Amino acid sequence: MTFSFAADLAGAKLPNPILTASGCAGSGKELSQFFPLTEIGAVVTKSIMIKPRSGRATPRMAETPSGMLNSIGLQGPGVDYFLENDIPWLAAHGARTIVSIAGETVEDYAVLARRMRNLPGVVGLEVNISCPNVENRGMVFSCQPETARAAIEAVRRNIGGELPIIAKLSPDVTDIVGIAREVSNAGADGVALINTLLGMVIDTNLMLPKLAQKTGGLSGPAIRPVAVRAVYQVRAALPTLPILGMGGITNGRDAFEFILAGASAVSIGTATFGNPTAVLKVRDELSAILQERGFESLTDAIGFAHREVQV
Amino acid sequence: MMNTRAAQINAELISNKRVGSYHHMVFSVGDIAAQAKPGNFVAIAVGGESSSMVLRRAFAIYRSTERGVNGGLVELVVAPHGQGSRWLTSLQAHDLVDMVLPLGTHFGIPTEPVRALLVGGGYGSAPLFGLAELLKSRGCRVDMVLGASTAAKIYAPLEGKRSVSSLTLTTDDGSAGIQGQITDVLPKLIEENEIEIVYSCGPMGMLQAITAVTDRYQIIHQCAVEEAMACGIGVCMTCVLPVTGDDGVTRMLRSCIDGPVMDGSRVVWDSKRKIPEGTFGA
Repeated sequence: MTFSFAADLAGAKLPNPILTASGCAGSGKELSQFFPLTEIGAVVTKSIMIKPRSGRATPRMAETPSGMLNSIGLQGPGVDYFLENDIPWLAAHGARTIVSIAGETVEDYAVLARRMRNLPGVVGLEVNISCPNVENRGMVFSCQPETARAAIEAVRRNIGGELPIIAKLSPDVTDIVGIAREVSNAGADGVALINTLLGMVIDTNLMLPKLAQKTGGLSGPAIRPVAVRAVYQVRAALPTLPILGMGGITNGRDAFEFILAGASAVSIGTATFGNPTAVLKVRDELSAILQERGFESLTDAIGFAHREVQV
Repeated sequence: MMNTRAAQINAELISNKRVGSYHHMVFSVGDIAAQAKPGNFVAIAVGGESSSMVLRRAFAIYRSTERGVNGGLVELVVAPHGQGSRWLTSLQAHDLVDMVLPLGTHFGIPTEPVRALLVGGGYGSAPLFGLAELLKSRGCRVDMVLGASTAAKIYAPLEGKRSVSSLTLTTDDGSAGIQGQITDVLPKLIEENEIEIVYSCGPMGMLQAITAVTDRYQIIHQCAVEEAMACGIGVCMTCVLPVTGDDGVTRMLRSCIDGPVMDGSRVVWDSKRKIPEGTFGA
């Protein structure tokens, strides 16, 4: 019997289910000094916007118990630079790429989706409608069903072809299942769960918020139970909607939790900051755990925690 | 230029000695030691396997030795002021740490012998001694000034002083050397020694104040900046600061990849808690 670790993420065929998380892998170059990017399922890029963006002022980061706050604010060079430089480099190095896009308006999402057609090495699109580091909290598209739907519809209408669309959702909502249902109906092929949670740290020496922009997104193992819960709830309500799970995964056991809850693949973010080769560690440990537990394939384990058992 | 030579290794602690307010720590790192240059830094995972500290800690390399009885070595000077650095300084010989090195840019070495002044604040003096040795081996005259709040916070080991022609100390409380700030003595040192280049490492406020002096004398200032980092390898985008390029455009650059060594006159200082107007993408 040969074990199959292959993943199918909403139609994206990957040799294994381990991905980087958006905004946690630079342009790909920075991590490639530690391992070939072909070793992982896919590289998820930082969120690409139409125009260059300086991001937010510093301090942008605060370490917290088993986690961190960040308020990078989507710093990046814009879509033109990305298409001219990062995409060709990733393709030349054989990376499977999932491009994350982020917009300030529904029209931005439409424009970005058109720019993502027929790119070498790109196997999917992650639509970031949930970045917490924006000036106007009303602009977090995934916090209301109507705006979430509008952004995803704009991408669906403009992407063309077969590229899977994965909507990245915020956990900062009352009913994440409702939002997942809305984006699925709007044409998303899958959902990415979860983005960071909005948080704050106050510097007790300065007696001021530690981050220059006051609030930031909380990530790391501290949020893992929130993420596992979100994945489990969405899987239970929408069993055919593929899920990319993430939130504080640092080892194979953590990734196994997400697979059992219903994720088809997982992203590794904050763990990479502490360990540049965290993705390889998670990949090797998850593969070993699945085989130890007698699964013949990754697919067989997806959602296994939902089975009915007599106790 | 982006440093893509880094490796992740298990480094063995060879010795850990308390020196004043700091710990001098020596690690066996193997062949990668040969790649380390003055100004480069290392990033170490802290707290052990079940640590609640998820981010690496960055330390400037004090010295590196290509070959010794324990193979290649790097030496660090660590101030135990936070939870992570206290964990690190509590380690004992033969303990292993997860270390990524060498990271970041290094100090540029002039092609011709020049008259250099090295300026360090607190344990910011650490990378300057290796730099002094290198400069001296290239025929440069090297003067040094170190400052801190008090004598115990000046890191100036005996062996480090061999490569410098003069060493000036300043302390805020007057417990060693001249009472006052480093910048109080800079103009005199620059003029008397006809300094052509200043190298510095220390707190950002000090680097800014040095830049004001070097700009006035129109001499080069290479400084190693100190910004809070999460990863040290260029993926997290937290350690950025505004720097003006050759094209006159100010961009938010990562101090771990485009630094830590930067041209002081190009850094837009005084940018805490705000993005300077006109910054690319602002």
